[in-house]
Amino acid sequence: MQGFLRSDGRKGIRNVALVVYLVECAHHVAREIVYPSREHGVHLLGFPGCYQNPYAQRMLRQLCTHPNVGAVLLVSLGCEGFDRARLLREIRESGRPADVLVIQQEGGTRQTIAEGREWIERAREELQATPRALMNVDDLIVGTICGGSDATSGITANPAVGRAFDRLVGEGARVIFEETGELIGCERIMAARAARPELAPELVACVDKAARYYTAMGHSSFAPGNAEGGLTTQEEKSMGAYSKSGQSPISGILKPGDVPSRPGLFLLDVVPDGEVRWGFPNISDIQEIGELIACGAHLTLFTTGRGSVVGSAISPVIKICANPETFRRLSEDMDINAGRILEGSATLEEIGDEIYRCILRTAAGAPTASEALGHQEFSLVYKSFDPAGPACFPS
Amino acid sequence: MSSLLRLHPSDNVLTAVRHLAPGETISIDDSPCTLPAAIPFAHKLAAREILAGEKIVKYGAPIGSATRAIARGEHVHTHNLQSDYLPGGELSAG
Repeated sequence: MQGFLRSDGRKGIRNVALVVYLVECAHHVAREIVYPSREHGVHLLGFPGCYQNPYAQRMLRQLCTHPNVGAVLLVSLGCEGFDRARLLREIRESGRPADVLVIQQEGGTRQTIAEGREWIERAREELQATPRALMNVDDLIVGTICGGSDATSGITANPAVGRAFDRLVGEGARVIFEETGELIGCERIMAARAARPELAPELVACVDKAARYYTAMGHSSFAPGNAEGGLTTQEEKSMGAYSKSGQSPISGILKPGDVPSRPGLFLLDVVPDGEVRWGFPNISDIQEIGELIACGAHLTLFTTGRGSVVGSAISPVIKICANPETFRRLSEDMDINAGRILEGSATLEEIGDEIYRCILRTAAGAPTASEALGHQEFSLVYKSFDPAGPACFPS
Repeated sequence: MSSLLRLHPSDNVLTAVRHLAPGETISIDDSPCTLPAAIPFAHKLAAREILAGEKIVKYGAPIGSATRAIARGEHVHTHNLQSDYLPGGELSAG
């Protein structure tokens, strides 16, 4: 496959231009700038808050310099707390065309939209000249997430993703799983897979933190409906989610925005550090996908039983449907029918192979179901993190 | 087609991929077994005889312990399987 070569040497599988609002007050103007070219590789994202937040600042830097991104237009109201000068400098230092429009200085809504649309037109022409470079599996970073799970998720789509992850790791890719709140109950099992002894207690601590956080939020991981669906214990439920990670050793723990520097399997810790301050760790699946992308994910494998339809800005989402009945209802929104395992027409290994081939096809440019339908979801709200400790990284 | 899904070679429980009726004869590891009770879709049954106190293994991992002896083909759920997990990352003894 041919990737898009960036001046920092990283390679992307898409070549999108971003329009980024730096406060909710600039959202409408940014959306209007995108509107005429929304089906031509121009994506909208941003941060709604008016007050500064180091996590959000870092997230937007990592997203704006993601290898799938070729050009960035920032849209500021003018008085918000976001450090737009710093973000602009960092994007320009990465070699990408970038600019900022400040609505209060441009002369208001209409003028800013007109200037923004012109800027985007020029950027799209420049993107045509992006150099291409040969890309292999060992250039890829792949994330995984589950959402809208049901009793089928843990027995078809999730273990099938695990098979695909094992193959990707074997071929030198970097793969990331997350959702520590869903891993409560299997932390010891997970710790036994730590690639280095000093990482094992960090993995346990990471899940303990999620358990404390969710308890403080009054949220329990094991719901009565789980037992009706055939799940008996907390460990069993967690193993269903955990099975997405496959069987490879766990090489390290990432915080949102940390890009893994070597091949292997990594756990992304999405639960904020410190006291419980900002509400739920993730308000929906969408912010977690954004965090995987900020860790460099070129694409995300999304497993669903009940039938999520989402995609994402920046990086394609491959949707793997665990439940054959859901697949029949929502087939247009799905890329892979893992429910075939339940109907006897495919094995876990065959669906794992199908996911692997879909990854290669998507990386080579084929649109996923959610891309073809125009999905470009994005969400970013306040959080705070301490940097990951030295035991979390491979030395 | 098989009515059961084995998620890992070392598992001692299998998952029903459809509703299995009481009295139905199914194949477990290529030998027949007549089910004493219904197994609802996505629920577990014992792949072999399991002793009281033995670990129940699914996904190649212990998901709890048997609270009583479980016969081959018997439903494995809250009546005969209990969690070994204690919050705070500690596993209970045994």
